[in-house]
This record gives sequence, structure tokens and C-alpha cells, in this order.
Amino acid sequence: MTTSDTPVETRDSQVVQRDRVVIRFAGDSGDGMQLTGDRFTSETANFGNDLSTLPNFPAEIRAPSGTLPGVSSFQLHFANYDILTPGDRPDVLVAMNPAALKANIADLPQGGVLIVNTDEFTKRNLTKVGYEANPLEDDSLEDRYAVHGVAMATLTRGALEETGLSKKDAERSKNMFALGLLSWMYHRPSESTERFLREKFAKRPDLAEANILAFRAGHAYGETTEAFAVTYEVAPAKLAPGTYRQITGNTALSYGLVAAGRTTGLPVFLGSYPITPASDILHELSKHKAFGVTTFQAEDEISGVGAALGAAFGGALGVTTTSGPGVALKAETVGLGVALELPLLVIDVQRGGPSTGLPTKTEQADLLQAMFGRNGEAPLPIIAPCTPGDCFAAAVEAAAIAVKYRTPVMVLSDGALANGSEPWKVPDADSLQPVDPGFATEPNAPDGSGEFWPYLRDQDTLARPWAIPGTAGLEHRIGGLEKADGRGSISYDPDNHDRMVRLRQAKIDGIEVPDLVVDDPHGDADMLVIGWGSTYGPINAAARRVRTLGHHVATVQIRNLNPMPANLGEVLGSYSTVLCPEMNLGQLAMLLRAKHLVDVKSYTKVAGLPFGAEELQDVFLDYLTGTHPHATHAATNGAQA
Amino acid sequence: MTATDLGLPSIGGLDGVPTTEDKQTAKDFTSDQEVRWCPGCGDYAVLAAVRQFLPTLGIKRENTVFVSGIGCSSRFPYYLNTYGMHSIHGRAPTIATGLATSRPDLSVWVVTGDGDALSIGGNHLIHALRRNVNLKILLFNNRIYGLTKGQYSPTSEVGKVTKSTPMGSLDHPFNPISLALGAEATFVGRALDSDRKSLTSVLGAAAAHRGSALVEIFQDCPIFNDGSFDVLRKGENENRLIPVTHGEPIRFGAEGEDGLGSHAVVQKGFGLEVVEAASVDPSQIVVHDGGDHELAFALSRLSDQDLTHTVTGIFRQVERTTYDDAARAQVQQAKDAANGEADLQKLLDGRDTWTIVA
Repeated sequence: MTTSDTPVETRDSQVVQRDRVVIRFAGDSGDGMQLTGDRFTSETANFGNDLSTLPNFPAEIRAPSGTLPGVSSFQLHFANYDILTPGDRPDVLVAMNPAALKANIADLPQGGVLIVNTDEFTKRNLTKVGYEANPLEDDSLEDRYAVHGVAMATLTRGALEETGLSKKDAERSKNMFALGLLSWMYHRPSESTERFLREKFAKRPDLAEANILAFRAGHAYGETTEAFAVTYEVAPAKLAPGTYRQITGNTALSYGLVAAGRTTGLPVFLGSYPITPASDILHELSKHKAFGVTTFQAEDEISGVGAALGAAFGGALGVTTTSGPGVALKAETVGLGVALELPLLVIDVQRGGPSTGLPTKTEQADLLQAMFGRNGEAPLPIIAPCTPGDCFAAAVEAAAIAVKYRTPVMVLSDGALANGSEPWKVPDADSLQPVDPGFATEPNAPDGSGEFWPYLRDQDTLARPWAIPGTAGLEHRIGGLEKADGRGSISYDPDNHDRMVRLRQAKIDGIEVPDLVVDDPHGDADMLVIGWGSTYGPINAAARRVRTLGHHVATVQIRNLNPMPANLGEVLGSYSTVLCPEMNLGQLAMLLRAKHLVDVKSYTKVAGLPFGAEELQDVFLDYLTGTHPHATHAATNGAQA
Repeated sequence: MTATDLGLPSIGGLDGVPTTEDKQTAKDFTSDQEVRWCPGCGDYAVLAAVRQFLPTLGIKRENTVFVSGIGCSSRFPYYLNTYGMHSIHGRAPTIATGLATSRPDLSVWVVTGDGDALSIGGNHLIHALRRNVNLKILLFNNRIYGLTKGQYSPTSEVGKVTKSTPMGSLDHPFNPISLALGAEATFVGRALDSDRKSLTSVLGAAAAHRGSALVEIFQDCPIFNDGSFDVLRKGENENRLIPVTHGEPIRFGAEGEDGLGSHAVVQKGFGLEVVEAASVDPSQIVVHDGGDHELAFALSRLSDQDLTHTVTGIFRQVERTTYDDAARAQVQQAKDAANGEADLQKLLDGRDTWTIVA
């Protein structure tokens, strides 16, 4: 055991080139697996690979230590080409304890690399998760996997002996040991991790040094022991030219909101109540007050959206961030926003439901809630970003629509996007399209009375004027009661109500959204796979796979879910089979069937995890080859060719 | 106790709101909407008082905003020619919080009722008060649900027979003043709808107060709870109504020989009691102090809520940093630290970027 302070003679290890690798770090909730994964991701981003990540952790902050429910994992897929998913199954599994091994081993394919922290494989820990014998001591693992037992805690403790840290504190750095070892195995640059640790522990330089020592020890362990004969290189990916950084969906969404304040010229006001997995947006925005962002942590979900709507009445860009349960609570206020016709952004980072459901897992079962989850006819625009980086553009676009059309807009992110990360081509801040809020400044009554009519609509957009308090001569009262078309005073007139309901709907229906762009490289596919939100990655990864097998398949992503793109009907009508995979029980499929009378096939899974590319590949193939029980066509262009 | 007494830098409730030299009248503050409350409703008296009172503030009408929830009283904003929002049940304090926090140049008022503020909106009320957002809350308390046609409210007396409680209501009522004080409100007052003078005086003090001000207004519902406050209006009311003024001994009732009220409030144990003024030494009579939290609380509970003893005026008025001032100060501090224009490109770039060339 040598630390890297001492020069060592590097063994000649075999270097193998790989196109792509999937690594999963798994351990106890308290083992720091998310941090470990995050750092490996950062190193990988710095190296220039394309990447996609899947953090997976329990809702409990510290579930009982060493138990199956307490297992936390972080999966990272990186490659020398552009990839779309965090990977179905790991090539390398790092298991920090018996629980992590037991919970994850089934996902490791035969021949996969298994790195185990042997120190935790005590009788007590094994019993805790139901192992009668130590699986490291029989051949059950050796027969199937390339197993590397490493006494990580012991080695870390040894490396930190001279720091004077207690045994317990020293062992806490074992995750950095694991990171160092994996960084060596995959030739990751380590400067950024060391810099990160120094910054993170700026107030505790002793801990910073301890973690760096452990990291270097892991690196040196790989370099000097005979155990690891092979290291791997994954060359940088050839992405489109530009400047890139690594970003998670929640960070991208937060930046999008900051940027929206810039594009609209409005102060951003966030009213929010903490809820998983949306809280990180509140955390992130609270750091950016220098951009004129105000963050208000409200007493509840309703207050969060109420304050945002109040700020919008005053001329701010009102935003509220939440997850499904919060959307339910905010519904009445969002409906008020629809009636008031004020700009408002409602960000729903979807999680498993119903009720509290699976707080830390992903799902996309709030689509119908977003569409219809308010009393009365209360339509609003909905945008669903499809990758972590796309959350930025979705927020900017949502703000532009909200301001232009004076309407609440819902953004549907989800847990996989929120916590997942990818390389993001950083936009040029100066090139973001400005949006003129166009506040009303003059009386507008068409009868020349000099009055202000708050519901006199713009003929093109059907948007009403936004007159903010402080504007002399435009004093007016608005509310949730039905208003007279134009004049805006309370009206119970039957014809007026019918007209106002239709006007509000027509305004939303008339919002300009870009046409769908179908991805059909062969140009003659008979089957279209349609997706929304985070299923973009697995759908398109699966499509690539079946195309490689010689099949022709088209894919399309609906980013604007309300109103839907104008060419949607035409696109749907152009394929004999339309398949819609969703992480719900077929909500988009239901909408497409209802609106377009197309026999959309639904493939659904609601497991709290994203689809795997292989899983969807099999589903696509079943349809393409006509073996799926619901397949109406055996049409395949390329399979038999 | 006011900030001036304590030598603190004082900032008024209307500081930052543009003023006008133009003469304004009640008519200027009257909208073109026909008032549609029931004949005899106490809301008329309050509306008339507010229309008279607003011009006296000397602020620009367009910088005045009334936000309401749902209920009879929540129609209030429609009848004022200011900016206004008639929102949803119980949520007016949340909307007003967002508005007041983002717009220091507005005078923001909330109009609410006993059901709106204390039942469906109870959570928002207490949090608005503890945060001390610069907004004024007028709580119209008629101890009944009017708009939904006569169910008991969270301030109705136990045993109230209503449409939803034919055998009498079962739940104990809130004491709105005690509740507001318990929620750390910095300004708590009460007035009777028909007492224009004292109502206007409490409203004026509330407007000048920097922070959340709660003013409970006793108000009659002639349809579903008629005459509920009559004992305070006529006949034997002298010994029931106890107006208090900061710095003055608490004397009330018919004028005695010394020109002050026949009755007085004195300490009894940790609480208060009402006695005949002549029966005690004047030094024993409690001098009202708006900065004394315990006194304010005791005054709010001088009797059960059977109106035996009903204190009006300002129970409590103290100065505490407002949420909205502090929130804006943080934004300003961050802007100053960034020397004005924060760099969006720098934020987007983050710490680690890499460039791929064509």
C-alpha cells in the first residue's frame, strides 16, 4: 500500500479501448454514493465523453444502516459517441456492503466486473440482508463475474493513519478510495476531484486532505496491485462543436428560470414549498438573488403558488416549483391564474404516485393532472423537456408563452431528468430571444370612454392586457368570478360565460408551437414510436438498436403537450403502427386516441425507473415482426431484407 | 410601545408608496360597480368608512391594492376604484404576500372574513402575521357564514343553531385577537363596524404601521346572525365596550366624577379584572401599553367571547423587521456584491466546461 506521495513504478497494465461503459456505485445511504457518482461524472464530463446518469436513492435520509431499503446507487453511462440513456445494466458494479451487493447483483450481466468492499462482509451484515453464507467465500460469484474483493475501509484507514483522524472518521473516506480506484481503471482526470474536495471542505482542511489521501490511495491501489490486470479507455465523444458542461435537469431548469428573468426583463419571484424531487430548484434559485430573483419558502404548496400569482399581478415573473402532490394542492390557485389570465410558471417535477407514492423515483403520471386537474374548463399550455439539459430551454420557452399569452404554463419534468445529468451545450446568453412583457399603459376602451377594459383581447393572440398596480388610470379589479368579455366586470350572463369559456380555450389552442420533426433515417418506416418527457432517451436508444438490426422505425417527441403541434394529426396518420411508451398507464396514448381517432398502441411501465433501451428494443421488435399480441401489422421494411 | 419610544429607526407602513398632492375624495375611491350586499349588512358601514379614510392617506390611488378571498366581505375590492383582486377562499394573504414582497411601492390590503381567514385560510393568516409582511388585514367578523347561507363559523359561539347544526354547534370558537397575538402579530386592533371614529383611527394606525396589521371588525349579518353585536351598540353597552389607548389608564363606562369612565381594568394574579373605578386606588389601574405582549393577551381574554367585556382599539403595536423589507434587502445585497449586473453567461458556463471544435 503506497500513497501517491511516494513515486511508484507503474506496472504495465493492459489498456483496452471501449466505446461505452456503464458503472454503478452502490452502497449504504450513508456511504456517500451519490457524491462518488457525481464526482466520477464530473471527471468524465471533463474528459469529454458523452454521458448520462441515473441516481437512485431511498426517500429515507438514513434508512437503517446495512439494510436493503437503505441502499443508494448511482449509475453512469459514458461513451465515445452521443448516448441517450444511463444504460440498462452495469458493466461494473461497485458494492460497498452486502446489502448493495444483494440489491444490485441481479442487474450485473455475466462476465461483468464486480468490485466489493470486503470489510463490510461481516456475519452480522450478511445476516441482516439474509445471506446465510458469505457469497465472497463460495464460488457463486466467481463463476459468473470478474470479482475484485478490496478491503476498502482497512486500506483507507491505513492511508489516513498519519492524519490523526479517528478510525470512524477515516473510514468515512472509503467512498473516495473507491472513486480513486475507478478513476484509475478508466483513466479519468483527477484534478477536478481534488479541487472539488478542497472547496467542499474549505472550512475543514483536515477532512479535505483526508479525502484526497483516500482518493489517491484508491488510485495507487489500482496502479500497484496485481489484482487489476486491465484498464479501460473510452475516448472523448464527437459531439457537435461548442462549449459543454455537465448539468442536471434541476440545475438546468433553475438556470432557465434565471435566464427567463433576463429575456423578459422581469424580476423572478419563486414561491415554493420543499418537496422531493423539486426542492433543488428552490435551493439553486435562492443562490441567484444577484439576478433579481426572489425566493419565498412558503408555509405550504398553496401559499407558494398564491404568492407567485400575487407577484405576477404586480408585474413579476411568478414561478412555483413542486411535484405531483403539490400540483394537486395548487390546482385551485392555478385555476384562478387561468381565470385572471396572468403569466405564471408551474414546474412539476413528477415522481411516483398516487399520494406520497415514491418520492425519490421517477414517473410521468401527472400528464392528465396537468391537462385537466382543475375545476371547470381551465386549459393551460404544457411543455415537457426531454433531457436534463433541455430543462433549460423548456423553462425559457414556458416563460415566453406565459408572458406573451398571459397564462399559467405547466412544465412537466420528472425525477429522472431532475437528478440525471448529461453534457450540455452551453447556450450563448446574448442569443436568447427577448420577450416584451408589453405592460398596458393607456386606457383602451373601444367606446372612447377613457376607461380601462382588462379583458379586451389582442386580436392575434387573444391575450388580455397586463396592467400592473401603480399605473395611473388603469385601476381595475379582477377575480375568480366570471367576467364580462372585454369590460371585465362580473357577469353571470349565460351567453357571456359560454363565450368566455371558448375564448380562454381558443387562446390556448392558438399558441404557436413548433411542428413535430420525425426522426426516420430511412424515410420509409411503417411504425412510429411517439414519446414525451424523459422517455426520449430510451425510445431513441432502442430505435437505434433496432435500426442496427436492419429494421426501419420512426420516432417523434412531443415536447409541447398543450397545445400539441399542428402537424401531429398528419404525422400520426402517416404510419400504420403508432406506439407510445410511457411511465404511466397510457395517458398520452389516451389523449392521442381521443383527439385524433388513431389506434395508438400503448406500452407502459410504472416501476419508478426509466425504461431500459433493451426493454424497448424488444417491444419494438415484437411490433416490427408482428409477434406482439397487439400488433396489427407485421410490416417491417428492413428486417427480412 | 412604538419604535420611536425605543429609539429605533422608524419606517412607516406607507414609506416607499408614492404620494399625491391632489385632493382626493371618497368618490375618487368609489368604483362604478353596484354594491350588492344585503340591506342592513355591516359591510356597508365599513365600506363607507374605508372610502372616507383612504383619501386621507395622501398616497396615489393607483398604488393602493385590495386583495380578498371568498365570502360576502370579499366582494369589497369590486367597490373600490383601486387595483384589486377577488381571489379564492382563504388564500388572499398568500397573494398579498407575493405582491407586497415584490412591490414596496404599493399599499396592500387584505379583506377577509371569519370563515375565510380563520377556517379555510387559517394557516395563511398565522404565517402572514408571523412573517410580518407589510400588509393590512381587515378581518370582518360576523360569527357566521353568510355567502353559503348561514352555517356556523369558527367564531360562532358553542351551541349555535344553524342550517348545518340544527342541534347546536359543538366546536369551541377561536378568539381572533388571541390567535393573532399568538401568531406573533406586530399590530393587532379591533373596532366595531358602526363606530366610524374608532374604526378610522385603528385603520389609520394600521396603515402607518410597517408590517402585518390585523384589524378585527365586528360586523352584523342581518340575515343569518342578526343583532349579534347589539349588546355592544345600545342599552347596557357601557360596561361591555372597553376602548384602550396606548399610554392611558384603562377606564370605561359612564363618565365618572373625574371625567373618566366609571369602570377600570386592574391586575388580578397573572390576569386582569374589571372593577368599579371608585373602588380601587388610581395607581392600581392598568395603563395600556401596546408593547406589552402579556397585557395584550390578557386584554383579549378579559371575558369569554360572550361580549361581556369587549376591548376595542389597538391591543398590540411593536416594531419588528418586516419579511418583505428583509427579502428585498437580501436581493439588493446580492446585487451589490455582484456589482450591479450579474453575469448570466458565467452562471451558465459554471466551473468546468470543455470545448469541442468542428
